[in-house]
Formats: sequence, structure tokens, C-alpha cells
Amino acid sequence: MDLLTDFHSAAPEVLLALFGVGGVLFGAIAGDRSSGVVRLASALALVAASVLSFGRMGAAEEAFNGLYLSTPFASLAKAVAYAMAAVALAMSGASVRGTGLERYEFSLLTVFASLGAGIMLSANDLMALYMGIETLSLSSYVLAAFARDNLRSAEAGLKYFVLGALASGLLLYGASLIYGFAGGTRFDVIAAADPSVGLIFGLVLLLTGLAFKASAAPFHIWTPDVYEGAPTPVVSFFATAPKIAAVALMAGVLFRAFGPHQASWQSVVAILSAMSMLIGAFGALRQNSLKRILAYSSISNVGFALIAIAAGPEAGAPAVLVYMSLYVIATLGLFAGLLGLRRKGQALDQVSDLNGLLKHKPGIALGLMTLIFSVAGIPPAVGFWGKVQVFEAALRTDLLWLVLVGALASVVSLGYYLRLVWAMMMKPAGEALDSSDFGTGLVVTATALLSFPALTILIGRVLELAAQASVG
Amino acid sequence: MNGLPLLSLTTFLPLAGALVVTALRMAGGARLADGASKPIALIVSLACLVVSLIALQQFDPSQSGFQLVEKVAWYDGVSYHLGVDGMAILLVVLTTALTPLCILWSFKSVEERVSDYMIAFLVLETLMIGVFCALDLMLFYVFFEGGLIPMFLIIGVWGGKNRLYAAFKFFLYTLLGSLLLLAAMIYMYVTVGTTDVQTLQDYPFDPGVQTWLWLAFLASFAVKLPMWPVHTWLPDAHVEAPTAGSVILAGVLLKMGGYGFLRFSLPMFPDASILFQPLMFILSVTAIIYASLVAFRQTDIKKLIAYSSVAHMGFVTLGIFAFNEAGIQGAIFQMISHGVISGALFFCVGVIYDRMHTREIAFYGGLVHRMPVYAALFMLFSMANVGLPGTSGFVGELMTMVGGFQASSWAAAGAAVGVILSAVYMLTLYRRTVFGEMTNEKLFDIRDVTFTEFFILGLLAVFALGLGVSPSVVFDITEGSTRDILQMIGK
Repeated sequence: MDLLTDFHSAAPEVLLALFGVGGVLFGAIAGDRSSGVVRLASALALVAASVLSFGRMGAAEEAFNGLYLSTPFASLAKAVAYAMAAVALAMSGASVRGTGLERYEFSLLTVFASLGAGIMLSANDLMALYMGIETLSLSSYVLAAFARDNLRSAEAGLKYFVLGALASGLLLYGASLIYGFAGGTRFDVIAAADPSVGLIFGLVLLLTGLAFKASAAPFHIWTPDVYEGAPTPVVSFFATAPKIAAVALMAGVLFRAFGPHQASWQSVVAILSAMSMLIGAFGALRQNSLKRILAYSSISNVGFALIAIAAGPEAGAPAVLVYMSLYVIATLGLFAGLLGLRRKGQALDQVSDLNGLLKHKPGIALGLMTLIFSVAGIPPAVGFWGKVQVFEAALRTDLLWLVLVGALASVVSLGYYLRLVWAMMMKPAGEALDSSDFGTGLVVTATALLSFPALTILIGRVLELAAQASVG
Repeated sequence: MNGLPLLSLTTFLPLAGALVVTALRMAGGARLADGASKPIALIVSLACLVVSLIALQQFDPSQSGFQLVEKVAWYDGVSYHLGVDGMAILLVVLTTALTPLCILWSFKSVEERVSDYMIAFLVLETLMIGVFCALDLMLFYVFFEGGLIPMFLIIGVWGGKNRLYAAFKFFLYTLLGSLLLLAAMIYMYVTVGTTDVQTLQDYPFDPGVQTWLWLAFLASFAVKLPMWPVHTWLPDAHVEAPTAGSVILAGVLLKMGGYGFLRFSLPMFPDASILFQPLMFILSVTAIIYASLVAFRQTDIKKLIAYSSVAHMGFVTLGIFAFNEAGIQGAIFQMISHGVISGALFFCVGVIYDRMHTREIAFYGGLVHRMPVYAALFMLFSMANVGLPGTSGFVGELMTMVGGFQASSWAAAGAAVGVILSAVYMLTLYRRTVFGEMTNEKLFDIRDVTFTEFFILGLLAVFALGLGVSPSVVFDITEGSTRDILQMIGK
């Protein structure tokens, strides 16, 4: 297979890589004045990558001597991840103005991080997997600490880096064990290997590393701190593209490389899932910071997605895709609101800052309420079908106890979701908010309309697409 | 059947109205919308009533099975499937009839954020009607759980002092029950491959599996109904909710529990239903006696009526689980009758609450001297609640007890004690608030009912008496669905 066909199979990633490198050169020459142009171009590049990935949903294509495999599952996950990254990047524009974040590197780091996410998703080999993870992680560390003068941001970046490096180390150690016992790093080689204690040991270490990246409990400790400390535009990226990539990667590795050993990892994933759901639900109850609440909410939601992974490839793969896609769409809208709403130039930070939002901004309040109910999985918002899908996958594989834990976690987490609704809808209005830019309203409205009613009505098409993507 | 999708129209007409008000609110600002939302909401809810009456008129009681069916595939094994039988169409009409009254009532009693209130109410109406029309479990669940959101907002925004606690308790309590129902529903979907109600009703579930599914359904419906001992959310929600919210809560939302038993639990899990009959009898009789005793000790009028609702819902479950015609007919009748009576009683409380802003029984006394018309109407509804012959309350209680007696004489005996107790607390309430000397100076210039209030209460009085005098109007319509249910349970 010659290089050109390889490039063709990996077109979305090649596009992003070339764009990133070119962008760095351009930025170095043009300087920070060009940050607006670079942001726009980066967002467009991500959209193009998303479209390219979506077009590749048809069949599986192998490239680079089997290091890279573009499955329909990965292609759909990539399409969603890139699109989310593009929107997150585009909407960061207004909010970074005058905060010192207005630098061209910001956009390019986002592109590189997305590239890493894409490589992770298409990895067919432990080496490619590691390469993807590190591309994503290193960009993310820098992004987390991007507001250099801000102590919290620097702290978040450092924390993320130290813990992330530890997780990478564990992951690599696991990978080396697997290599030793399976005799190869390619997923199909691993899948064909005889089960042995060493292989399982390696698998558990690998899972630890992946769980860290996906912020699944008990490897979630960094999440609230990083969410709170890192600049909000960065967090709205973290909460979408890398999240979906990490969870889908976990699914990919377990299903493809360790599919035959499902019995040995199922209970591990189930326990990760149960812990994440409960810790995410209970942890947020006492929080007052909006970003920390969203961090715990993401932990809890990853727990739900892990239910589907525990259910195994047949039942679980489409459910993972549906759940994560619906979740990130709603989360993106929530972050758009968080980014765009300001009071006297200050971004909203505490739950009480939302007080009386309905009075000042009825449209956005209504949209955010829809999104909150979608994240919480309350019908008729579409997030409900994500929950139905993962529960269905669990019941198909006799994981009833996980469903019950999930039900409990849903009720508990409603405790804080309702607090947000309560603040927006029922508390007496606080001081008036600054007028928000058009983009905020647009993203909130669009994601809210997607969450209800558009995708609710079209849920059949969504499920079909996910099922199609999971066949390969 | 003619071409008009009557049930969809009934279901989504209020939603359309809500969208119009929302659009006004967004485009024209709160002030314009507040003014316009009142007539819009009233007209829309009246139009909805008319459509539902046309549906009722088209409904042919002599046929069994579901009528006015609409079915559109939604996704794999799940469809947008609407249809009604006699029980459902009556509950739909109950909903569409109570809603305009509530909206009319709110014209004067809701002063702030009127347009938001109307939007919430219209959305709630859509979801309530949807619950009774849905013939697909998934669709039912969407309406069922979706209804929590507007009710949460109604209690939370326009409620009393302690509304935060009440609204959260209402939402979380109901949600916990619903999620078990969801798990059971997904299990059934996995097993049978569809959530279509008719298919599931015909599917023979293994008796062991039935037990668990039945319990999961119970968790949801028992909370909603509510049954003792999971009734504690109801008094709180009622006390804090605004008057119209209480009316809808007692009048319609509670009926979803009884409806759920009759539509799903009995036909789908007949073996388990029969297995758990003793349990349900114990819970029903406990609810009737316990809630009546608790009601007697209340100092808050709304709380008293809320506990009385719990007791009356005990009759519904007693009738349902008697598994005979009298019991089930009586249970359906009791649901309709309780919808009218408890709605009216909450309106009655609303009348004096709007004037005095307190619900303390001790605050009132001697109202008959200043409010003779009110005293007469309140008397009528109190008697109907006690179950005086000639009112609809009597028919419902009698029929459910007759049914209960055929199944278990001691259960009926226990329920009969409850009837006596209901007289004790209702008459005591009436005596302490309406009769006696008027000692509280603040009450001296209290005005009698206004025309609107008289209109609303008078209309409900007509229904309470009319159904009591001629209950066959209801029985004729529900006969077919009762027979279907009994046939499916094999009795």
C-alpha cells in the first residue's frame, strides 16, 4: 500500500495536521493580530474534517501498515467530535476578547488536540493509541494553563499535567505488558492472543490510563479542579471533543483488542461505571460553582456511557455513540450559555449568578433549561433516549444492577440540575445581565432546539445511524 | 372514522397555544404577553375541550377495544400510537374540562408572571392528555415523566412559602418511582421487541418475571396515586401549590396512577396482579383508615383535603384489585368523581385563601354569616367528599366497596370504617370554618363568592350531583373497557 492511499484513508487527520503546521508558520509570521483569522480558519478546518469523517462512514479502511483503522464507528465519533470542537472554538471568539487569551496558539492548540482525539479514535495499534493520547493531552495541558497570569489556570494546568503524566505512565506500562504477553501491539494480534494473567494485568493498567482521560471515577479527581481553573472557552472544548474521543476509544480498545476477553474486563468497567455515576451525582450536590457542577455532571454522564461499554460490543457500541453524542451536544449549549452570559463584564461563576435569568433573558433561560433536562435525561428532551439506549444495552446483557445504580444516580443528580433550573426560573431576578452576543444565543438556541424537539422526533434516524456505524 | 386526527389535535392544541404565547413573550416582552396570554390560554383550552367532546361523541361505547386510533412508526418497535377506550376518553375529558376552569380561576389569583404561568399550564395539559391517549409505553412514559417539569415549575414559581422543598420533593419522589418503571419498560422492550401496549397486553410474560415487572410498575404508580406509605410528597405539594395547581394535581395527576394500574399492570401482568391482591388490599385499607385519621388532625385546610385524597385513592386501588366488574367500574367512576370533587374542594379553599391568605382552620369560623352562597357550595362538596347518597362520591365509594366485598369481606369492612372517618374529618372541618360565631375580626368584611368563582364552583356542583344521580352516564361508557380488562386478567 503506497503512502498516497494511506493519506487518503486518513484524510481528516492529515488535513488537520497540515493545517495545524501551516497555521503555526502563519501565526509566527503574522503574530497575535491574526488570532481572529486563525480562529475562523481553524473552525472551518475542523468542520471540513468533520464532513470528511462523516463521508468515511461507509467502510473500514486500514492505513499505515495497520496502525490506523478508520472504522464506521470511529468515523461517526470523529465527525461529532470535530464538529463539537469547531463550535466550541468558534464560540470562544467573543469571550476571549480582552482577556489575554486572544492568541493564535489558542486555536491551533485546539486543532492539535482535536487531531489527537481523531488519532485516538482511529488507532488500531497501541502505539498509535498512545500517540493520539499524547497529542491530545499535551495540547490540553497547555490549553488548561493558557491564562498564564491567572493563578488558578496555572494551577489547573500543572495539576492536569502531573496527574496526566502519571496516567500516561500507567497506560504505557500496561501497553508494554500487553506487548510482552500478546507478542504484538496491533489490536487484532492482541485479540488473538491467549488470555493470561499478564495480559489481564496490562489491560487493567491500560484501562486505568483511559479512565483517567475520560475522567471516570475513581480517576476523576482532577476534573473539577481543571474545569474550575482552566479558562471557560478551554473547558467547553474539554467537555466535548476529548470526552467523546476518550469514551469512544475505551469502547474501541475493549471491543476490538479485548473483545474475546470480555469476561475479564466487564466487571472492571461496570465498577468504574457505577462509581462514576454515584460520585458524579453525589459530588455535585454541595457545589456552588457552575463549572464544578458541570465537571461532576460530566463524571456522572461518563459513568452512564460506561454502562454501555460494560454491555459489550453488540448492544453497547451504538448506545455509547448515541449517549455521548447527545450528551456533548447539550453540554456544548450549556457552555455556550456560560461563556456568553456576563454581568458587568464578569462571567457567571456561582449558581446564584443564574438567579432570575428568565426575567432578563427569557430565550436563553428556556434554552438552558431544555439543555439541562437533556443532560439529566428527562423526557421529552432527547438526552432521555441516550439513557434508554444504555439501559437497554445493559438489560440485554443482564447488567440489571447497573441500571438500578443508574436510576439512583439519575434521581440524585436531579437534585443539582433542578437547583440550576430553580435559580434561573424561580429565584428573584438579580442585577441585569450584559447584552450577550449573537453567537451565544445562536448556539444555545440551536443546541436546545436539537435537544428538543428536533432530535426527539428524529430519534429513529439517530439510532439508525449509530447502529449503522457499529456494524463494522 | 373521519380523517381528522382528533386525539392528536386534542393533545397538541394546548402545546400550540403555549408556543403562541411563548412567541409573544419573546417578541413582544412580558407586559404584552401577560395581557394577551389570558384570553389565548382560555380560548385554546376551551377549543381543546370542544375537540375532546367531539372525540367523546365519536366514541362508540358499544364496541370494545381502542378507538380513534392513530399510529405512526417512530423508531424500531416504538410508534406514535394514540387511541382511547372508555376509561381513557373520560379521563381526557376530565382533563380538558378542568383545565379551562383552572385557567379562568387564575385570571385573578395569579398576579405575577402571568404569561409564563399560562405557558406552563398549557404544556402541562398537553402532557396530561398525552398520558391518557398513549398506546405505546415509551410514548406514555415521555408524557408521564415530562409532566413533572411544568408541575415542578408551577409549584416552584407560584407556590407558597415552602415551595422549594415541596417542588423538589414532588419531582424527586416521582422520578425515583418512574425510573423503575423505565427499567421494567426497557426490559419488556428487550424481551418482546416493541413497546406497543396492545402487543404487550397479549404477550404472556413468565409468572416469575411478571412479579418483578409488576413491582417496578407499582413503584411508579404507587407514588403517583399516591398510596400509603409513599404518599408523603402529596400533602407538601398540595399545600405549596397555587390553587389551580392543586386542582390539577388532585383532579388529574393522581389519576395517572390508577390509570396505570388499569391500563398496564392488570392486563400485562395478570398472574402477578392476582398474586399481589392481598398486599394491595392491605395497602388500600391502611391508606383509607390511616390517611383519614391523619386528616382529622390537620390544622391546614389544604393538607386535610390532601390526606382525604390519599384516602379516596385507597378506594380506587381497592376497587381495581377486586378484579370484578363492580370494583373496576367503581374505581374508574371514583377517579372521575374524585377529580370533580377534590378539584372543587381545592377551589373552595382557594376562595378563602385568596381573601385572607391563610389556610389555618383556626383562623376561620362563622363564614356562613358573611358568605352564605359559599357556605352552601362548600357544604355540597364536603358532603360529596364524605359520600352522601345523591352525590358522585357515594356511587364511587359504594361500587368499589361492593367490588371489594365480593373479593374480600374484611377489606370492604375496613374501607367502610374509612367512610365513617371521612365524615368525621370533613364535618369537623366544615363546622369549624363555616359554622359557629365569627370571632376573628379580620373576617368581618369578607365578601361572598364572585361571579367567576360561583360559575366555576356551580359547574362542578352540577357534575358532582349529576354523576351522583345518574351514574350510568359514566358506566355505559366505561363498561367496554372494564370488560376488556377483566377478560385480559382472565376473570
